[in-house]
Amino acid sequence: MNWFYYASPATFYGLAGRLAPYFFLLAAVLTGWGLYLGMLVAPTDAQQGEVYRVIYIHVPAAWMSMFLYFIMACYGALTLIFNTRLSGMMARAIAPTGAMFTFIALWTGAFWGKPTWGAYWVWDARLTSELVLLFLYFGFIALANAFEDPRRGDRAAALLAVIGVVNLPIIYFSVKWWNTLHQGASVSFKGTSMHVTMFTAMLVMSAAAWMYAIAVTLVRVRSIILERERRAQWVREAVKA
Amino acid sequence: MKPRTRRAVAIAAGVAIVGVAVGLVLKAFQSNLVFFFTPTQVAGKQAPLDRNFRIGGLVEEGSVKRQADALRVNFKVTDGAQTIPVTYIGILPDLFKEGKGVVAEGKLGADGLFTASQVLAKHDENYMPPEAAEALKQAGHPMAKEKFAGQGGKP
Repeated sequence: MNWFYYASPATFYGLAGRLAPYFFLLAAVLTGWGLYLGMLVAPTDAQQGEVYRVIYIHVPAAWMSMFLYFIMACYGALTLIFNTRLSGMMARAIAPTGAMFTFIALWTGAFWGKPTWGAYWVWDARLTSELVLLFLYFGFIALANAFEDPRRGDRAAALLAVIGVVNLPIIYFSVKWWNTLHQGASVSFKGTSMHVTMFTAMLVMSAAAWMYAIAVTLVRVRSIILERERRAQWVREAVKA
Repeated sequence: MKPRTRRAVAIAAGVAIVGVAVGLVLKAFQSNLVFFFTPTQVAGKQAPLDRNFRIGGLVEEGSVKRQADALRVNFKVTDGAQTIPVTYIGILPDLFKEGKGVVAEGKLGADGLFTASQVLAKHDENYMPPEAAEALKQAGHPMAKEKFAGQGGKP
């Protein structure tokens, strides 16, 4: 198998179109299952009561915000090193979804923070570094669109994405390195300090977030490919058909 | 070296350099990045005693005294080694409880009384149903007796 076959926008366009519906379906099924587990099956938390159930949205969104940034930066590195066209388009396709998940994490966190901590927002290291991540996404989107030539935009934004990776360990380890109001990690490679049903529901919701992110990225990259390659023969034929 | 190898090395080196730079900056701002000081740090004069700062620790068991006719509440914040008495006028968050984590912002008086302008509850990373929490408590499991989310003793 030739691994570079799908690195061409023309062939990837077709592949993305065939794969996207399955990922949407998986996302819908997993979301349904995860919400059922989280909202109906999982027990009430001993300390927080029902308000803790925000974790089924908040934690997957926060994880995705970091994962997606990392993947976006990897595509950025591919753009800079190999000067491939598709990687730049993929990075552009991921950015809005990443920004959305970052916003959801901050927003749901604020509404959880008010009843539990007593404040919507505090300037602790975890919250501030996550806010910086949101601005990195905004900066990426703005920079990618700031150039007349889209491929120059790709390269400039890729550089920002790659440099911004430095922020990811800061977000992740902020609760360890400094005293923060945000609690420490409940889930690590060593295990979890969560009840098993709560944990399962959270994992299912995370998988749903993954599937959704892949599906919308594929759909978005298809429009980007069409727009970029609009002068190519295959696009004219595909659009006409 | 192929051009693309050179670019890969340049990117890796760039990220490493920025990483080190950011690391040094964060190290320099260490004291401003901590959200609160523990009672031990306050006793060791590591906190900015001349202005507002936050203290964090556990609410000492049996120390919460509410004034009958007002919103004033007095309690003690402890990290096991040192204890600071706190006074606060206002509404406490739902999770404020004896033996649980708390972060209070305010000023330390000359008499050692910390006058708080804001009190926040600090949640820990344990999620479990009430029955499980009760069972842990009866078994005397360390999880039931919170150790301030693992951040208490660090300087």
